[in-house]
Amino acid sequence: MSQQNTDEQTTSEQDAGDGGSPDPTDDEMLIQTDVSESVDETSGTRRRETVVRAEHVDVWYDDNQALSDITMEIPEQSVTAMVGPSGCGKSTFLRCINRMNDLIDSARVEGDLYLRGKNVYDDDVDPVALRRRVGMVFQKPNPFPKSIYDNVTYGLEIQDKGGDYDEIVERSLKRAALWDEVNDQLDESGLELSGGQQQRLCIARAIAPDPEVLLMDEPASALDPVATSQIEDLIEELARDYTVVIVTHNMQQAARISDQTAVFLTGGELVEFDDTQKIFENPESQRVEDYITGKFG
Amino acid sequence: MSTDELEADLTRQTENSPRELLTRTFFFLCAGLSIVTTISIVVLLVTEAAKFFTITAPLMGVTGPTASIVDFLTGTTWQINSQEFGVLALVTSTLMITIGSAVIAIPLGVATAIYLSEYASTQARSVLKPALEILAGVPTVVYGFFALIYITPALGTVIPQIGTFNMLSASIVVGIMIIPMVASISEDAMSAVPDELRQAGYGMGATKFDVATGVVVPASLSGIFSSFILALSRAIGETMAVTIAAGSRAQFLNPLNPASYLEGALPMTAAMVQLLTGDITGGGLAYRSLFAIGLVLFVITLVMNIISDFVAQRYREEY
Repeated sequence: MSQQNTDEQTTSEQDAGDGGSPDPTDDEMLIQTDVSESVDETSGTRRRETVVRAEHVDVWYDDNQALSDITMEIPEQSVTAMVGPSGCGKSTFLRCINRMNDLIDSARVEGDLYLRGKNVYDDDVDPVALRRRVGMVFQKPNPFPKSIYDNVTYGLEIQDKGGDYDEIVERSLKRAALWDEVNDQLDESGLELSGGQQQRLCIARAIAPDPEVLLMDEPASALDPVATSQIEDLIEELARDYTVVIVTHNMQQAARISDQTAVFLTGGELVEFDDTQKIFENPESQRVEDYITGKFG
Repeated sequence: MSTDELEADLTRQTENSPRELLTRTFFFLCAGLSIVTTISIVVLLVTEAAKFFTITAPLMGVTGPTASIVDFLTGTTWQINSQEFGVLALVTSTLMITIGSAVIAIPLGVATAIYLSEYASTQARSVLKPALEILAGVPTVVYGFFALIYITPALGTVIPQIGTFNMLSASIVVGIMIIPMVASISEDAMSAVPDELRQAGYGMGATKFDVATGVVVPASLSGIFSSFILALSRAIGETMAVTIAAGSRAQFLNPLNPASYLEGALPMTAAMVQLLTGDITGGGLAYRSLFAIGLVLFVITLVMNIISDFVAQRYREEY
């Protein structure tokens, strides 16, 4: 698998991407390219395989560059937080991973992004199939106007997945820490629930088909503090089984729940990516330190 | 500013100034005009129709021939010359036009709406939307003409026994006529479905088809139903096209028998045109039957509108 990846790096498209980037800044040097190593050193946990690897990813919306030369590796079964000011491209990057950017006519993605060694931007990759492996939870809770039960089984229905739906619904809702609150009202509309419950329902819906990666785009930003804390606990729990990538504008949230933190700054630049503890206690880049300590952004 | 000035300034009563009162009255009168018109029409229909029926005619001070309300509502023969006023012959014809046009307009209209709302590129939309508006703007007499000159002969090549005037061609043309209405109201309802729901679907790995049929259509169902009912009300009230294409011979046909559609018949609206353009004399029984048919037509469309409102209220989209 890794052999294939190395080969990919030397494609002509790559070269073009490199040549196009304005300046290979010092910041780029700071980016830890091998996260799995650093995890080994700092926390002493077992070595984690890379699930998502971005190489020189650029994104444009028409002529505006939203992301510039993003290279990073996201390890499995951990929480990776993406932080940065508004418009820094962190959500755009998240949407590159499951190719949701395909739905935006003006968006154009260049570079390579691998899911377990397969470049998801290869011509033969079906974005629909990709999204079935990479679940997503959105900023605003968006349950379907269907029953709680049907919301959870939606992914299974569209994939024609068989199985014991009752059991999957129960398991997914339990994992999403919602079962105890809704188990007697599964036939009621998902819209009857409170905002925090709706978001947990969306998480249950996303994990029911058992995806490999779970993308979360500011999942708690529309919620009250109590619901936020429930979601945060849940995310840490979910990272035992899934690779969670979460975008947040809330630095404390990133510090609380993530294992790695990627700091994006204005201009769509990934300035630093490292263990969360290191980013918050001893960042390499002055700009990151300024951002984290609230000097700007 | 002294206290007096402040007092004067704060108590100017701008809301009740002459200009405000004048404009408010003007706008109220404009809005009231439509209500007055509606009420006048209803009163006229009811009073004139009352003169037609034996049971109510004495109340209106009418002497002379009248018709039994039971015969009118249950009779199946419409023959003015022999004084037979069985409105069912006309109602079934209208029902046939409604069913026939629904069969054409509902699937095509909804499919068009789904295409416009979910699939079409901005470019395709910019061509299709105006085309639909033009279709909606074609004078209905042109549609009738079109049915008689093109649709019926074309049908004749496939079904030789079809009459020159037939319900099939009238249904087809009314169906085409109401497609824009179904499409545009349904599309409005589908476009109103928040994009977050589509994103949720796509994020789960749904295809365009999954999202269109499993998310967007269910979420906009009440709007889609409203479009059906409004379009069918239009089909029921449609006059010119059916007058031209369906013929002038009233007969009682079974709307559920496909063979019925090959024959000509006289829908309610066409019967009214026939009465008005014929040589009936004002004040006679035939003349009064005009209002009786009009009243039946009005009640049917009113009921449809009430159903439409009920559906919209009861099944209002909640996203």
